[in-house]
Amino acid sequence: MTWLVPLLVLVPLLGAAVALGLLNHQKLQRAITVVVLVVALAVAVTLMVLVDQHGTIVVQVGGWEAPYGISLVVDRLSALLLTVSASVLLVVLLFSIGQGLAADDGEAPVTIFYPTYLVLAAGVLDSFIAGDLFNLYVAFEMLLVASYVLITLGGSEQRVRAGTTYIVTSLIASAIFLAAIGLVYGATGTVNIAQISERMAALPEHVQLLLHTMLLIGFGIKAAVFPLAFWLPDSYPTAPAPVTAVFAGLLTKVGIYAIIRLETIIFPRPQLNTVLLIVAILTMVVGVLGAVSQTDVKRLLSFTLISHIGFMVMGIGLGSVVGTAAAVFYTVHHIVVQTTLFLVSGLMERVGGTTSTRSLGGLLKASPLLAALYLVPAFNLGGIPPFSGFIGKLGLFRAAAIDGSPLAYATIAAGVVTSLLTLYALMRVWDAAFWRPRPAAEAAAPHASVAEPHAHLRSPEPAPLTVSEDTGKAFHPGGTTAVTDAPHASHASSPHTAPTATQDGVGEAPARVRLPRMLVGVTTVAVLGSVALTVVAGPLYGYATRAAESLESPDRYVQAVLGGGR
Amino acid sequence: MTVTLVLVIAMAVLFSCGVYLLLERSLTRMLLGFLLLGNALNLLLLVMSGAAGNPPIGKSADGIADPLPQAFALTAIVITFAVSAFLLALIHRSWKLSRADEVEVDEADVAIGRERDDADEDDPEITTDAEQEATR
Repeated sequence: MTWLVPLLVLVPLLGAAVALGLLNHQKLQRAITVVVLVVALAVAVTLMVLVDQHGTIVVQVGGWEAPYGISLVVDRLSALLLTVSASVLLVVLLFSIGQGLAADDGEAPVTIFYPTYLVLAAGVLDSFIAGDLFNLYVAFEMLLVASYVLITLGGSEQRVRAGTTYIVTSLIASAIFLAAIGLVYGATGTVNIAQISERMAALPEHVQLLLHTMLLIGFGIKAAVFPLAFWLPDSYPTAPAPVTAVFAGLLTKVGIYAIIRLETIIFPRPQLNTVLLIVAILTMVVGVLGAVSQTDVKRLLSFTLISHIGFMVMGIGLGSVVGTAAAVFYTVHHIVVQTTLFLVSGLMERVGGTTSTRSLGGLLKASPLLAALYLVPAFNLGGIPPFSGFIGKLGLFRAAAIDGSPLAYATIAAGVVTSLLTLYALMRVWDAAFWRPRPAAEAAAPHASVAEPHAHLRSPEPAPLTVSEDTGKAFHPGGTTAVTDAPHASHASSPHTAPTATQDGVGEAPARVRLPRMLVGVTTVAVLGSVALTVVAGPLYGYATRAAESLESPDRYVQAVLGGGR
Repeated sequence: MTVTLVLVIAMAVLFSCGVYLLLERSLTRMLLGFLLLGNALNLLLLVMSGAAGNPPIGKSADGIADPLPQAFALTAIVITFAVSAFLLALIHRSWKLSRADEVEVDEADVAIGRERDDADEDDPEITTDAEQEATR
């Protein structure tokens, strides 16, 4: 079954090429993109089952044996993350189709969206199966270049500004990573991760420390750990909601994945574990303090994203099987929940017309379903017991307690405080956006249409779909968020414009009614998925533990890759 | 491993100039800085391939130049090329939109700075910077 592995990269890339050729056939483009990601998901699930039964799958590309050729390695960690990423990519794609992100509305030349999205998918999936550092670098570049295009989608002034921060930071991270690869090659004479793992121990201590630090900084910028996370809240919120969702869910986790590999396979000794734990504490606390002070939902979520990266770093920094297992589980949980929250924030923006907590309000009456969709992942992220966030945090705290050092207990304290503050920040959004009535005069400056929301609040039907349509129209004139909300504006205005402006049925009457239903449907699926993590928590945690066990004994990985076996 | 000193010095100069330019606010300088940095990285990869002067193809395995770093450098050049093209497009777009070549301060940061400014009448620019520091 080794032929399945390269498909993960090949299919999305070929799909991107085909979709690029079909720029004028949006329906076909959409269909191809969906099919490609469904295939990728199917392959990932198959691999996850196979790897668990038969052990690590290694593909030597082109038949060149391990140290000379390029190896693609799928172990349990890779397979698990592949499955989660592929499903998240698919869900976000469906959301963006529902939102009509690719609709030709003049604001954004987004026929390019689907091909770019597929390249991003290929990059993300490739980075999980890369068996050597240089291939990992190429995978990173693939997903980064795609993300540069996605974050500046439409090229509005705000997005160009936000994109610049993101791009320059990513460029520096890549440069550091590439320099580290060069030095690793100079020191060990190989870039194959398994072979590096064998040879690294023979190097002098200070050389190891230098290489370790450089790689960690390179990955740390991508994962957005504390001192290297400043770029994230500046750049993520301006992108369209689905793009932000997929970035928040996956791109930072690719960095976390690389750090897990680095700390377990390449540097199995606890060389920098103390540093990692301190960084974890700082990431958690500083991130969540940032979240508490924000008034914009998307920025607030970006800060909680940073703070929860700290939990994963904590699990890695403990350097034990239980710690790594908890980190892996938490990564899976966080990918799903953070993506879901960003999707919900996209819906909130659609219904409320803005993401600022100052002008939002009355969403509970406007759309009770949306309120439920927000509340569930919010509780989940905050770590309220039945949800997977609680299980993940419990696992991490247990691992830290087993470790038993004062620093480990300090991380527990920081983790508890962070959970509470996360809950506080998210409940503040709940209070402002859902619980209270919409502020009338407060929305003064940027909002031209203050009167209209009350009109729809009084409207008898509580059905979220109808209401979101109403508000969509009501808020178009006052569109403060016109830049971030281009598709919304397009749908709102489509009834007034001639049908010629619409394309392939996106803006036609029946499709327009169906669109929000699809958005709500997809988001509901995402929320249910995050709840399902609780249901399957037992098997999932078992899987994560088995993944961590094979990670913490790097010999197995080396054996699988260099031993030539399957 | 033998390395060529000239290459190392050239690499160091390119790195320092590149990093200096990347830290500027002007987008065009950033692009130039990125180009210098990319070349410095290629030199680094080349330096790591060992002593200079060996033939690319030989009768036996020893004594020939290591092809792997050259393949790395080639890949890195292609990636640098693509990203520079994208950066140029971005600079062009930024110029068309606002006639500005500079990266501006983040709006939300400015807003927070202004809020505090209302409170204790500080210089907004300073407060903004302090806020950015705090975020970091």
